[in-house]
Amino acid sequence: MEDILAARSQMALSLGWHIIFACFGMAMPFFMAFAEWKWLKTNEPLYKDLAKSWAKGVAIFFAVGAVSGTFLSFELGLLWPKFMLHAGPIFGMPFSLEGTAFFIEAIALGIFLYGWDRLPRWTHWWSGIFVGISGVISGIFVVAANGWMNSPSGFDYVNGEFINIDPIAALFNDAWFTQALHMTFAAFASTGFAVAGLHAILLIRGNKIQFHKEALKISLIFAAIAAFAMPITGDIAAKSVAKRQPAKLAAMDLNFKTEKNAPLTIGGIPNKENNAVEYAIQIPSGLSFLAHGDPDAEVIGLDQIPEDRRPPILITHLAFQIMVGLGFLMMGISILYFYLRWKRKNYIDKKWWLWLIALATPIGFIALEAGWTVTEVGRQPWIIYEIMRTEDAVTPMPGIQYSLLLVLIIYSFLTAVVIWLMSRQIKHIHQKYNS
Amino acid sequence: MPYTLLVIVILAISLVLYALFGVADFGAGIVEIFIGKKGQKTISQAIGPVWEANHIWLILIVVILFNGFPNVYAVFSTALHIPILIFLIGIIARGTAFVFRHYDAYTDKSQTYYSIIFRYSSLLAVMFLGVLLAAIFSGTIQHDITDFYSYFLAPWLTLFSFSIGIFVCILSAYLAAILLLSEAEDEEEYKIINTFSKRLLIGSILSGGLIFLASYVEDFSFHKDFFSHIPSLIAFILATVLVPLIFLYIHKRNNWVLRILSGLQIILILAGWFLLHWPNLITFADASTLNIYEAAAAPETMKVLFWALLIGSCLIFPSLYYLFKVFKFKETN
Repeated sequence: MEDILAARSQMALSLGWHIIFACFGMAMPFFMAFAEWKWLKTNEPLYKDLAKSWAKGVAIFFAVGAVSGTFLSFELGLLWPKFMLHAGPIFGMPFSLEGTAFFIEAIALGIFLYGWDRLPRWTHWWSGIFVGISGVISGIFVVAANGWMNSPSGFDYVNGEFINIDPIAALFNDAWFTQALHMTFAAFASTGFAVAGLHAILLIRGNKIQFHKEALKISLIFAAIAAFAMPITGDIAAKSVAKRQPAKLAAMDLNFKTEKNAPLTIGGIPNKENNAVEYAIQIPSGLSFLAHGDPDAEVIGLDQIPEDRRPPILITHLAFQIMVGLGFLMMGISILYFYLRWKRKNYIDKKWWLWLIALATPIGFIALEAGWTVTEVGRQPWIIYEIMRTEDAVTPMPGIQYSLLLVLIIYSFLTAVVIWLMSRQIKHIHQKYNS
Repeated sequence: MPYTLLVIVILAISLVLYALFGVADFGAGIVEIFIGKKGQKTISQAIGPVWEANHIWLILIVVILFNGFPNVYAVFSTALHIPILIFLIGIIARGTAFVFRHYDAYTDKSQTYYSIIFRYSSLLAVMFLGVLLAAIFSGTIQHDITDFYSYFLAPWLTLFSFSIGIFVCILSAYLAAILLLSEAEDEEEYKIINTFSKRLLIGSILSGGLIFLASYVEDFSFHKDFFSHIPSLIAFILATVLVPLIFLYIHKRNNWVLRILSGLQIILILAGWFLLHWPNLITFADASTLNIYEAAAAPETMKVLFWALLIGSCLIFPSLYYLFKVFKFKETN
């Protein structure tokens, strides 16, 4: 394997793995706080148990997230030293702020996890809220840093030198808001569906205990609200991409030809020989409308992007399709959920509903990973959009495929252990409630 | 320039706090290797609520480096790729093993495995932290890549680096033992930790000697510079002078004085090590150096970085105080 491909794979693996734990760290504290709030209001010990059980999961997930995040902060230099040499002083600002947010998160989590019997009840509840708020803020900062790579700002690039550096302008780059907005909802949607799905599976498997029902109810609220917002925030993000990164948009939608009334392409595979799309459904003027809000707008196609400045088209398109498809599926489930609630139907432990939610367990995270694939692969061949190529930033260290293999082994092993630990937590809860 | 210096001050504070708290948590893992099951519960309770917060000093150090001193970060992470990777594997293994051990729903045979991983990966991480600290000043890092060995291995694969690694291991275990004294559950455990901390103190002096020996054998300049550089010599002498005093207070069982004295000792050793090379941050193989001012990023970056860190500190320190107040000051209340 080429070193550049190995380095990109290792980065993708580390980020893709870390992001799952990071999302739990952003969303779960609010789930726990919601459960604890119900306990404080109703004095029903079940809710305290639920908050505490979720907290145990969060403790494990947070620790894995913290150490894999530490790994990433070094890995940026281990794999892309030339990128960090120039980018560090410009886009480092969100990272230094993220450091603070993450610090507060770790402190608040320590207080939340170990402070159950040491603190006044409401003080304890607030510590949980602080875990969540600082988690979300730190997520937003990291995404802002990524936004800078997609839409670099806060410097002048003159003769290969980065001058007139303005870190604050770099923080507030053109991509930060739309990316952070979409990502924050994505964290809640994916975590919500994963948690709801898990409890639905346990209910299907015959553990008809109130514990899982309450857990399902709480996590569904978060999942449904966030999922409903996904296509809307996604549309805002896509319009921003259309303005900033026409090559990425063209790859996302397999748009080869620059034209007005550009069609929206659903499905299909690119034929590189004659620069055309095959096996696709095309909606006339769809892309023009979605990208620019006007069916007559001109959309830049791949024909205007030189060959050596195009991202990998097939991967970007496939990932985009997966993300959008699953996004609408989640929105559909969300609308159904609101309808059932509105009609006051007794749906929560109906078999068909449980099966639907159970089957939806992984879709949030699959959509999330696909979305990041669109963002990152769609930015290629650039590490800093239109400034620095990824291949020019890679470390001169040979044999990166060995460190890739090492990271793969360690992360696979840890994934297995985390799953095993979760299954033991669940077994423990069942033993408690069945006796 | 003033902002560069201010950022350096914050970097130094973060380094000291990481050494005192983060590295001490690693040291707790090493202590467990030697006292085993006896102290395991105490250690879990002592570092459980605080280890993640303590660990974040390291992230802050890295962020300050790539923000404010991107050259240094780029050179380190290229030339020291391999030891950094090993250090990180140690961090991942110990952090997860510690939390898995604490949060596993059942206490069975798996505890043994978590413990083994927690203990030995703590040792591995601290060892390579020492190796890294040594390598930056050893004068072994090359400017250009000629061949794999001399660029990627030679800078850190030295007796000198590993002697400092051993020294840091013992020192971190010693610091952990001192901090654990006031957490001991009963008299028996207290005595075990008490005896062990004395041994570690002696061990750290002996391993300090090992550093001189390694420097002499491998013809590094450390053993010569050590005596000729007055400020760092004073720092090292003061750290040594504290040894008999610490012995006295271990005997007297005054935990708070001990914490302060041993903390001071660590600060002095760290200060001595960095003063010896001040204002250089890297010494290259051709004896050229990269100092703080040359390595600093653009003035605007340093200014913004400083303010971001200062505002951050205003949030972090009160929260940290609260965390420690809830979990650590119970004996005095």
